[in-house]
Amino acid sequence: MGGVFGAVLARDLRISLRQRGTLVHHLLFFVLVVALFPLGTNTDETILVAVAPALIWMSVLLSILLSLQRLFRADHDEGVLTQYLVSPEPLALIALAKVVAYWLISGFVYVLAAPLLVLLLGVPVHALGAMIAALALGTPVLALIGAIGVALTLSLPRAGLLLSLLVFPLYVPVLIFGAGAMRAAIVGLNYAGALYVLAALAVLAITLAPWAIAAALRIGSE
Amino acid sequence: MATSAFKRWFHRFGSLPYFYGVSRSWARWLAVPGLVLAGYAVFAGLVLVPADYQQGDVFRILYIHVPSAWLSLFGYTAMAVAGVITLVWRLKLAEIFIVAAAPIGASFTFLALVTGAIWGKPTWGTFWVWDARLTSELILLFLYLGVIALHQAIESPRTAARACALLSIVGVVNVPIIHYSVVWWTTLHQGATVKLTGGSHMESDMLWPLLAGALGFTLIFGWLTLWGMRVQLLWRERRSRWVMRMVQDG
Amino acid sequence: MADSVQEFLAMGGYARYVWSAYGIAAVVLVFNVLRPLVAHRRLKRRIRNGEFVDD
Repeated sequence: MGGVFGAVLARDLRISLRQRGTLVHHLLFFVLVVALFPLGTNTDETILVAVAPALIWMSVLLSILLSLQRLFRADHDEGVLTQYLVSPEPLALIALAKVVAYWLISGFVYVLAAPLLVLLLGVPVHALGAMIAALALGTPVLALIGAIGVALTLSLPRAGLLLSLLVFPLYVPVLIFGAGAMRAAIVGLNYAGALYVLAALAVLAITLAPWAIAAALRIGSE
Repeated sequence: MATSAFKRWFHRFGSLPYFYGVSRSWARWLAVPGLVLAGYAVFAGLVLVPADYQQGDVFRILYIHVPSAWLSLFGYTAMAVAGVITLVWRLKLAEIFIVAAAPIGASFTFLALVTGAIWGKPTWGTFWVWDARLTSELILLFLYLGVIALHQAIESPRTAARACALLSIVGVVNVPIIHYSVVWWTTLHQGATVKLTGGSHMESDMLWPLLAGALGFTLIFGWLTLWGMRVQLLWRERRSRWVMRMVQDG
Repeated sequence: MADSVQEFLAMGGYARYVWSAYGIAAVVLVFNVLRPLVAHRRLKRRIRNGEFVDD
């Protein structure tokens, strides 16, 4: 069992590291959304700091959803998914391995890029720890929930808009607590509570979402 | 004995022609008490109940706002229960229920939102306040719309219904989490807002019409959903012999 | 009598809000009742016309 998890994880990591272009696009999208935002308002730092948590998290939501769409696409087109479906190994575990591989790459992008970006927005340095912790706890939840939607819409070739309609409402708790932790940290309030909730959501998502992803993949393949 | 009777009932119930035939009178049996109860609630809300000493007559919106809000939650939960039945026992009627219930649940969620906003105007001075209940209701509407959109997007009716079943289960797990997080968000960062309902205790002559309204709306929901199911069933079975024969007969 | 009807319709100055809320509720209900009935009738007619008979 550990074997298949490790094997799928290693395979997906290898593939995404080989396609470095995708990773760079992912990073650039995130940077561009955040960097262009101030141009739509003015350089008043109080405004930028006030909206920074929402901006960072909305950009994370959007870029995760955009990049996640390809999670099962190649496997589906190349027939690997069929192999997974008929294999005796638990499909939920394979799905979890794929999401973890995705998250190891993309989570790295956010943790790397977000601190630099929010400094552009004038967020004080003392809030960075809370932001990174919230991103580290929240992005796996986003990836897991998003993967359910991706699996459900796999048979539809251009499901981008539909996918966001399905998944964004489910992202509300992560958005609230993720941005909430950051906002609390900026004004010097206690943000531990929000991080605990995010951690609880992460545990819940890791235990439940793989089963839902597996069920969605089976429904799509019937 | 008892189990075999149940099994027989289960199979007959699962049989689509039997359901199609019998659901017509079931619908009637839901419609009449549903309309009577809802009518009583509306009459009581508009005429019998005295105006609220703080809010005046505008609080009469309560008698449609609260039943619709209740129904929005009830409908989504019922869809998720049907979703479990769909995925575990593969009962066709449960699939059809989800598909038929989604637009009706969505329209009552919309009604709860609109009546809340209309009520908010004189109470808060603005149509929309990021109040915890209204916000949760809005997200719930999006969840309904997601199910409807997914159903429309997938061509094969069985696959579409099973996908909707899974989505409504995932949604229903999230509904309490979403509500809790929205409550946390509003209390922490906005301060207490004027609540539309709750807080103060309710007089019993105000409460009974409200319960009648909630029950009446629920029965109406059952009635409308049965009709939606009949249409959906007819569409799915449009090429089958029993449908052809039944339609030719009249 | 006419006065009390007037008073009832005025809803203590909140007529706009109360009646629009109840009006929208009525529209939603009627829409939900008519939609399946119309769809049912139309579908039956299409079946009767043999639109779905495979040949």
